[in-house]
Amino acid sequence: MATYTPTTPIDHIGRGHKPPAPPVGGGDDGSRGGDVPNYGARLRRARLGLICGIATVCMVFISLTSAYIVRQGLPTFDGASNSYVRDWGKTDLPWALLAINTALLLVSSLTMEFARRSAARQAALAPLKSIPGVSLGNEKSFPWLGITVLLGIGFLAGQWLAWGELHDRGFYVSTNPSSSFAFLLTIAHAIHLGGGIIALIWAASASLLQKPVEARRIVVDITAWYWHFMAVLWVYIFALLGFAR
Amino acid sequence: MATPATVHSHAPQGFIRKYIFSLDHKVIGIQYFFLALTAVFVGMFLSLLMRIHMIWPAYSLPLVGEIKPETYLSLLTMHGTIMVFFVLTTAPQGGFGNYFLPIQIGAPDMAFPVLNMLSFWTTFVGFVVILAAFFVTGGAPLHGWTGYPPLSALTSTGPGEQLGADLWITSIAIFCVASLMGALNFITTTLDLRAKGMTMMRMPLTVWSWFITAILGLLAFGVLLSAGILLLMDRNLGTSFYVPLVVVNGVVMGHKGGSPLLWQHLFWFFGHPEVYIAILPGMGVASQILSTFSRKPIFGYRAMVYAMLSIGFFGFMVWGHHMFMSGMSPYSAFAFSLLTMCIGVPSAIKTFNWLGTMYKGRLRFHTPMLYAIGFVSLFVSGGLSGPFLAQPVLDIQLHDTYFVVGHFHLIMGVAAIFGIFAATYYWFPKMFGRMMNEPLGKIHFFITLAGTYAIFMPMHYLGMAGQTRRYSQFTEVAYQQKLLPLQTFMTYAAIITIAAQFIFVINLFWSMFKGPKASDNPWECTTLEWTTTTPPPHDNFGGVTPVVNHGPYEYGVPGAARDYVMQTDPATGTGH
Amino acid sequence: MGLALLLLIWLITLASTYFFVAKTWWLPVGAAASAGFIDRQFTLTFIIMGIVFLAAQLGLGYVVWRYRESPSSPPVTYSHGNTTLEIVWTALTAVLFIGLNLMGSSVWASQRFEPAEAGAVQVEVTGMQFAWYFRYPGPDGKYGATSVKLMDPSAGGEAAVGLNTSDAAAKDDVVTGTMYLPVNREVDLSLRAVDVIHSFFVPSLRFKQDAVPGLNIHMHFKPTAIGEYEIACAELCGLGHYKMHGMVHVVSQEDFDKWLAAREAEKQ
Repeated sequence: MATYTPTTPIDHIGRGHKPPAPPVGGGDDGSRGGDVPNYGARLRRARLGLICGIATVCMVFISLTSAYIVRQGLPTFDGASNSYVRDWGKTDLPWALLAINTALLLVSSLTMEFARRSAARQAALAPLKSIPGVSLGNEKSFPWLGITVLLGIGFLAGQWLAWGELHDRGFYVSTNPSSSFAFLLTIAHAIHLGGGIIALIWAASASLLQKPVEARRIVVDITAWYWHFMAVLWVYIFALLGFAR
Repeated sequence: MATPATVHSHAPQGFIRKYIFSLDHKVIGIQYFFLALTAVFVGMFLSLLMRIHMIWPAYSLPLVGEIKPETYLSLLTMHGTIMVFFVLTTAPQGGFGNYFLPIQIGAPDMAFPVLNMLSFWTTFVGFVVILAAFFVTGGAPLHGWTGYPPLSALTSTGPGEQLGADLWITSIAIFCVASLMGALNFITTTLDLRAKGMTMMRMPLTVWSWFITAILGLLAFGVLLSAGILLLMDRNLGTSFYVPLVVVNGVVMGHKGGSPLLWQHLFWFFGHPEVYIAILPGMGVASQILSTFSRKPIFGYRAMVYAMLSIGFFGFMVWGHHMFMSGMSPYSAFAFSLLTMCIGVPSAIKTFNWLGTMYKGRLRFHTPMLYAIGFVSLFVSGGLSGPFLAQPVLDIQLHDTYFVVGHFHLIMGVAAIFGIFAATYYWFPKMFGRMMNEPLGKIHFFITLAGTYAIFMPMHYLGMAGQTRRYSQFTEVAYQQKLLPLQTFMTYAAIITIAAQFIFVINLFWSMFKGPKASDNPWECTTLEWTTTTPPPHDNFGGVTPVVNHGPYEYGVPGAARDYVMQTDPATGTGH
Repeated sequence: MGLALLLLIWLITLASTYFFVAKTWWLPVGAAASAGFIDRQFTLTFIIMGIVFLAAQLGLGYVVWRYRESPSSPPVTYSHGNTTLEIVWTALTAVLFIGLNLMGSSVWASQRFEPAEAGAVQVEVTGMQFAWYFRYPGPDGKYGATSVKLMDPSAGGEAAVGLNTSDAAAKDDVVTGTMYLPVNREVDLSLRAVDVIHSFFVPSLRFKQDAVPGLNIHMHFKPTAIGEYEIACAELCGLGHYKMHGMVHVVSQEDFDKWLAAREAEKQ
């Protein structure tokens, strides 16, 4: 055991003295002391978390894209002809149907943005409601959130039809690499979009659960950015399937 | 239900909310720790069976019976997978990171406590799924933790490649999701929840290591998830991402055109950052402990931060060094090789700085310090075999031999584990309110250090002599039979070292209930976790918010009242 | 305690170094043209890393003992580091590591960036669970076509590689289970695999290359000593990975021609 000359007023390790009490200060969102939560800080935190989540989903689709390009270009050796052959094949995608779906999703992004701004306005005006005698007029707002959900479900229904159409045309997930990727990319996107729809339904129901409007605004804001990302991702996939055939 | 980013301030009541589905990062950290502890004993048991089989292939073990070649390979696969994922990616980050990251930056909890709870339970489900692979028809997969197709993509290449392999992939996919949730939490917490005065450059190096590890995880696990999904599709849906036209046992398989190298690229793009995920927290802990127990600031704090950032950055660019012999372009091999040598430079800087920290310090040899010193020694040993493997022309001889096995075991299987031991002995008083037994800790340390060197250093000799890896026995190749005495020595060393780990377990559990009570700051350390009570209260600081005035390693400050200045001590105006 | 640590670390370091320096277990004697350069590069890396290993470990042991806390230890030298020192040792390490790497890359380049010499012996190596087959293209110098539908591993030889005997180029192909090579002549190897990834590894010839299904990988080397060398499969390929073993016989050009002629004759 090491011995030492202590410069500290203690006798030996294991019985340290009481540290000085740290002074009180700020630094978080203030909810420690039970005050009104700092919703601005919470929104920033939630957006930061979402950026991390989006980074991860990007990595998934970047690696799938990389696999797509590699698989498309890489030939394999055929002993029967003593040469290298490629077998990417092609997929007859239902372009008209997919274009309609794309339009639905882009419009839903628009309605989602209106919903987001509306929620932000309501959150900003919320403190005024506590002033006696102040009324914000007719508080029934346009159901942008609900419309977005309907459009989102419409997109998924359209994708379902597209997959059915592919089957009718004889393209299944195992038909050729091109069709494998077409199904994989569109289904992966649809799953992520489905998650977004669940979040939207949650945000819509939050209003029914009488949550503070500022808290609800955070949910709507995060879901909105996620929704826009889903639209951008879809456009990317659409372009990949279209131009990198 | 709480909206995201809500920090609850009321302690939960009831057993379920307090201990099972707790949202408190401290409880979740301990849950991760015990998950990893269970996993490491499962993994160690598997490796014991492997080592016994290698030198006594015909031996029939009690309870286990005879170990057939396919059983050996499934032991090997599960050993690697369980250790890499459920021990090395779980204990340092999920265990200690979860417990101490918020406290060390002065926060009351993680940014997203519900997500934190979900990430633990998802990891737990992943663990159950992988253990299930042992019990299904055909048993656990035999394709190694690296799972190269076509071996892993075809159900007829061996027993264990049926449902066992599907469960293996599923478990890893579940683990990916859990890790991604955790990474998101760690990054947001570090960037957004630091207390007043806790600038990035005043964060303890442990926090930096958890932060950088989380970034690596965020960007790498998604790629593994994609790779796994493609493999599941090849196995079950008839696609051909990885499998070209092949014939197994005379039967032509239904795939064509796929590329086995595609899997290797995707897997190693994840796999290389993964090994840095495994070691970075250990480096952070070593820095923290070496500084504390040398009573000196860490030598070159900024350099240490930049070194960890470079390691993380370069870690994404070197994956091809696992593929020099794979059939990849030799020009790519040259590029990867150069980048790999670059990553050796920040690792060397860290080693110099650890030595510089101890130089002209006053070293106290409590058990955490012994493990931190052991970490440095093992990191040097394991790291220096890297430059051999990084040169493709030498890798020709050494790839897929025991040289590689020795290299990664010294670094991951020993140095990283020493980081976990060091963290356990160091933070045990804060977590459980009692001290671990010092004499037992020292005995455990000496046997483990000597024992692990005895097991893994000889692997370099075996590799140079041409001993290939993943061989269940050495009876078929004449030049390998001559290496049996060395293998036997290693097996005996393994039996002794594994037995010694029970000393640690006994110490751990005994001390939890019967150890001497610990004070708030038994090691006289400067960082924030030591300013609060032992164990910390539910919101970490008892209602007060810390204000930070000093850097993390202010030991031996000339003119100070004590030989350490805590981060929350009043500002002295000297700028430190 | 400090002394105990120093003694243990020094003991481990010196014992490990002894076995490295004594070459108790070492690379097998090289029997190929590249062995000279590969072994020299190995030794250079080994010496440099060995010096670093000794310096770091012995230094660690010393520091740990020298600066142990005792009642008579001087106070700590408070320091946050030394930027000049950091820059110096970073630069030195970078030069050392990168320099070492660049030195080794010239042999890599000559082996892998350039095709085989003219007049090289052509051999195709096919790996399958759990045996190696070797195919010589015969006087026409062309490999005949193979077909997966014709593959029958249990029959061995031509059937194992699925040789299409109706192809004209296949008539003079010789398929064997043992590899014969003439000494001092470059070998132009074509590596294939039938089912999973295997790896063709001959330690004495300093040769290793994965055999990947779907690829036909060309590689070359030149054996320089007559002898028999073992092949060990170096990529996990299933249950029989540990016994996927073969032999390379390096013989004189004369003996090689005789052997090949005998195999051609057997085909008639």
